[in-house]
Amino acid sequence: MSLEGQNLTFFYPKKKHSPVLQGVDLTLEPGERLGLSGPSGRGKSTLCRLLAGYERPKSGQVLLDGAPLTVKRGRPNSVQLLWQNPELAVDPLLPLGRTLAEGGPVEERLLEALQIRPEWLRRYPAELSGGELQRFCIARALRPATRYLLCDESTAMLDLITQAQLWAFLLEEAERRNLGLLIVSHSDALLRRLCTRIQVL
Amino acid sequence: MNSNSRRATLALALLAAAVLLLVTVAGTALHDAAMVTDFSRKNLPPSLTWLFGTDWMGRDMLARTLAGLSLSIRIGLLTAAVSAVLALVLGVAAAALGGWVDSVLSWVIDLFLGIPHILLMMLLSLAFGKGFVGVVAAVSLSHWPSLARLLRSEVLQLKNAPYIRVAEHLGVSRLAIARRHFLPHLLPQFLTALVLQFPHAILHEASITFLGFGLSSEQPAIGVILSESMSYLTTGRWWLALFPGLALVGVVVLFARLGDRVRALLDPASVHA
Repeated sequence: MSLEGQNLTFFYPKKKHSPVLQGVDLTLEPGERLGLSGPSGRGKSTLCRLLAGYERPKSGQVLLDGAPLTVKRGRPNSVQLLWQNPELAVDPLLPLGRTLAEGGPVEERLLEALQIRPEWLRRYPAELSGGELQRFCIARALRPATRYLLCDESTAMLDLITQAQLWAFLLEEAERRNLGLLIVSHSDALLRRLCTRIQVL
Repeated sequence: MNSNSRRATLALALLAAAVLLLVTVAGTALHDAAMVTDFSRKNLPPSLTWLFGTDWMGRDMLARTLAGLSLSIRIGLLTAAVSAVLALVLGVAAAALGGWVDSVLSWVIDLFLGIPHILLMMLLSLAFGKGFVGVVAAVSLSHWPSLARLLRSEVLQLKNAPYIRVAEHLGVSRLAIARRHFLPHLLPQFLTALVLQFPHAILHEASITFLGFGLSSEQPAIGVILSESMSYLTTGRWWLALFPGLALVGVVVLFARLGDRVRALLDPASVHA
């Protein structure tokens, strides 16, 4: 029972000689909080995209419970990625209530814990701030089928109080549901505070 | 855009649509009146009885102009609809299927855009045997490429948009993604292009008819009226060209305004006004 990246290598088209990732190994257990740090351009975000199935590795493989990770049409993925820029991860023409419901009905408890106000559900993304949108993205990603949550610099653009609130919520939720969390950040202080283990890329 | 100017915009759009509808209906009703010749009243300059004057066969120019505009509007509607649907199908197919389909369709789009427009329409009209069929085929087959290219790039961009990828990973079905995400993004572009296609289609129909590659001369088309009046201009019968020409410009401007209003109403930034 784990999410595992084995010997992952990835390069973007026509960049074969300068791969973003080369031979990276990573294992994430349920209930674990793994921190991922490293300088910009080392492929932290790319690694997250590979692990969540958004890109396929050029060599190596991603295993979920020992079987290769596949994203099937019409079936929720149990690995969810929390994008770095929430304003890109929501459809600008859709009221947020509908964006939120995309992964099925959302528990009232989640909305309360994330302090999502009911009137926000009728608004459009352009009418809310980045931090408010990120709350929607978190609620949307935490559907029942989700077992691993990959947070790619998810709170980097938020003020400290909001960051602290969101992390407190995510840690509690991860604990409750035995989620595996991968936390990518440039801030070592944040990773030391949050994670049970830290891997440097 | 606040709700007040939205209402004003909507009112203007409705007014433009109403005027165009009126012209179409009046022109259709006057079709027979436009054909009546009466040599006792030929070559009359504009007066209160004959607002637009009469021509060398004593035909009422007002009736001819309205009938011609009505025909132009109907041809414009038909060709704009055909070319917009063609553009939608081909543009979306190119982007959605990718690979060699995309290469072939992109090549065809570039080919069509590479040939001078008026030349392409003359060739197409000749190939389809001129007349009504020739005009409709020429105008509808030559106006789709720019919209097809626009829709293709829009779909390509949407396909890789993070929110669409997220929806896929959340298990949203292909159909639901198409309806919920693609449709609202593509529909405004499509409708605006459809309305803005009318003025082009009408002007081009008139131009190729004027050049003799379009409708036959017994039909009361604006292009026919204008090209016939050319030979009478030098003898001082200015009203034969002036009023039909102004009316054509008026209809084209109305359609262009209508298109602008539709765009303003459907603009994504104003959705939540």
